[in-house]
Amino acid sequence: MIRYYLDMALRSCRRSKALTALVIVLMGCGVASCMVTWAVFRATAADPIPWKSAQLFVPQIDNFGPVHDSKGEPPILLSYTDARAILHAAQARRQALVYPVKVNVVPEDVQRQPFMQEGDAVSSDFFAMFDVPFRFGSGWSVGDDDHRAAVVVISRALNQKLFGGGNSVGRQIHLDRHDYRVVGVLDDWNPQPRFFDVSSAGFPFSHPRQFYLPFSRAIDLHKANTSNFYCSADTSNPDLPNWDAVLHSECAWIGAWVELPTRAEAGKYLQFLHNYAAEQQRIGRFSWPPNVRLSNVRQWLGLNHVVPQASKLSLIVSCSFLLICLVNVVGLMLARFMRRAPEIGVRRALGASRAAIYGQFLTEAAVVGLAGGALGLLLTALGMAGVHLIFEPQIARLAQLDGSLVLLTVVLAVATTLVAAIYPTWRAAQVQPAWQLKSNG
Amino acid sequence: MSSPLTQRWRYVLQVRPILAALRRHRMATALIVLQIALTLAVVSNALFIVQTRVIHLSRPTGTDEAHLFVIRNGWLGQPDVPHVDAQMRADLTTLRHLPGVRDAFASEAYPLEGGWGGLVLIKLRPNQATRPQLAISYFADEHALDTFGIALLAGRNFRADEIGSLGPYDKSMSAVVIITRDLAGKLFPAGPALGRTIYLNDDAPATIIGIVDRLEGAYVGSTTRSIDEDTILLPARLASPDGTNYLVRAQPGQLVALMQAAPKALAAQSRQRLVDPERDVISFAQLREQGYATDRGVAIMMAVVCVLLLLATAGGVVGLSSFWVSQRRRQIGVRRALGATRGDILGYFQTENFLIVSGGVVLGSGLGVLANVALMRQYELARMPLWLLAVGAVLLWLLGQLAVLGPARRAAAVPPVEATRSV
Repeated sequence: MIRYYLDMALRSCRRSKALTALVIVLMGCGVASCMVTWAVFRATAADPIPWKSAQLFVPQIDNFGPVHDSKGEPPILLSYTDARAILHAAQARRQALVYPVKVNVVPEDVQRQPFMQEGDAVSSDFFAMFDVPFRFGSGWSVGDDDHRAAVVVISRALNQKLFGGGNSVGRQIHLDRHDYRVVGVLDDWNPQPRFFDVSSAGFPFSHPRQFYLPFSRAIDLHKANTSNFYCSADTSNPDLPNWDAVLHSECAWIGAWVELPTRAEAGKYLQFLHNYAAEQQRIGRFSWPPNVRLSNVRQWLGLNHVVPQASKLSLIVSCSFLLICLVNVVGLMLARFMRRAPEIGVRRALGASRAAIYGQFLTEAAVVGLAGGALGLLLTALGMAGVHLIFEPQIARLAQLDGSLVLLTVVLAVATTLVAAIYPTWRAAQVQPAWQLKSNG
Repeated sequence: MSSPLTQRWRYVLQVRPILAALRRHRMATALIVLQIALTLAVVSNALFIVQTRVIHLSRPTGTDEAHLFVIRNGWLGQPDVPHVDAQMRADLTTLRHLPGVRDAFASEAYPLEGGWGGLVLIKLRPNQATRPQLAISYFADEHALDTFGIALLAGRNFRADEIGSLGPYDKSMSAVVIITRDLAGKLFPAGPALGRTIYLNDDAPATIIGIVDRLEGAYVGSTTRSIDEDTILLPARLASPDGTNYLVRAQPGQLVALMQAAPKALAAQSRQRLVDPERDVISFAQLREQGYATDRGVAIMMAVVCVLLLLATAGGVVGLSSFWVSQRRRQIGVRRALGATRGDILGYFQTENFLIVSGGVVLGSGLGVLANVALMRQYELARMPLWLLAVGAVLLWLLGQLAVLGPARRAAAVPPVEATRSV
């Protein structure tokens, strides 16, 4: 039976070529625009560490106070005082401090030009906490943190550039004016968005960092946060005559993460933060009641509006475009099916059931939908090539046409066309055989 | 032929039979009205977004953008502040003496950079209790105005002896400042700002010695939109071991050559620096392109969506009208046989289309305003001016008439003899 329906569908398409073509083009354009923007949205809204995102938390402590904070929200970063307190309290399974730094890499070969690299100053738990993959070696120990050791973990790309990609563990590199021993080389690791870099929450899709230095060592070397440093939400800045003043200031510039595997531990940790802030109030550092937050990865990304506005906006617009195309298709299908009322009348008079009419017209809709999906796929591929015209390069490169997107395109095209065909098909099935035969006899 | 006036009158008389006919195709009519309404709602909002983005991305910085470029210069080997300052002086001398250079100066930030500009709180009295005025600052010297290519509206430029040298932890202590006209108007709405004293961070007094017309801050995003033209120039050279930016204004026609020659001249002066010729030497035209990439992208996308939508709607109108024409061939034949002219038939379908689009416009205006309100809540978007809805409505009316023309002409071509034929 289905072969008969398919045959009828193809005949009908051949008979009203223009109408069929119009429906296919509409479906193709509508589906393709949705898919292109969906690919971008999916990439920017993705969970960067799905297996652990519910266990990793950003602690926030309001050290600005109600006068200087942003509408009662604590700063996203911690002061050096609070960051050290979090690290040394060790109340979570793991705790890591993170902030971005820049260094000048001086190659051994004096003929080669020195170059600037961006990296992160992190404490030792960082690598285990974020399941950072190593190609050679490993991270450093808590002991290295305490001894402010001159060790470094480098990215695969920097290892390629400096050591030709070989196992460079144990070798020395020269950063700024000091020698560092390489203890680890990372495998490819570039989670998008770069959620772990709290300081750069405003630029979550930036380039991967090339090295990781011990936090304590970076502090010793007076390395400032290169991306975010603020002392109040209302730009009233204190005098900071030297590095010591920076460390003792209430300015926020250090990102912190804690790993809390269970809900109970998270609850306990929030209580710990609360107690800590209460203690600060008691000793007179804060003149306001505790104002602390604890957000896991997903909450954190939501809080910082990591998904670009342009990405959400374009998804909304393209979905409304698809909707309008669908309304259009309903009208065209109605025209197309009702034009064949006499034919339906004859079929019904010869004994075809309503179910048979439904089968015939829904098959026809599915065929048209499939063609729309094929065109949609072609347009999606074209659109992917044009994504860089609409989005910044670092976001555009995240959008990819993969197997799941291909499947989704075709399924969406067929499903929406079928939905659009429901009403016209119902109308077609309502055709009274006698009436049609009489008037067109 | 009848006069245009009676012609129009005839169409009005047709409204009742048209409505009666449409009542027989309730669903099809409702669908096309809905489609027109949705199209108007989306197109008007999309046009509004295009308009705001285009205005935003085409704002001038006030500088001579066509001839300006920036060299982002880093230092090797962590030099101390006195060394940095000496090197910056030497670099500036080198740049200013380079053939083809009109002028140059060093700054911690530059227009179209996209952030990192310093913010200054300005008070009119020391210990002022009310909210101070926020402004975006640049460190500048006596060459800054000529390099930017901005003219003084009033007052004078900085003198060389007024330019201080600052380390990264120093507070700027400027006795004199130059501000933009926009900022002057906000600080002193009543009277001239020139010569007045303002109090910067920590209540340090400073005299306004000059007013310039227009100079945008370093931000291009939306965070500081309300103060983007409230700029204050502080007479200082920031000798930061983290690096500096050299702004260079080329003589006409020299920009491309200078963007090659200037980094080479700097390298010849001293090799203790980091300047990647690929990434760190950028013209203002490139900065504008990068800084407003998102705005331009959104504008392009919205414009494309508008065009596609209007095409889709036109296609729908053509499709449905053709269907109706084919269904009514017999009735058209009867009308023609009873004396209706071709013009009458044409007018019938055009009036019908006008009525349908009008229905869509009424519904769509409501939807458009609702969508605008929803977007305002989600995004930083202003209220859509109603004239944009009117533009959208006129577009749709024209489009509808254009789309129905083909099918209507086919209808008008139906011969009267059709009345005697069965389908």
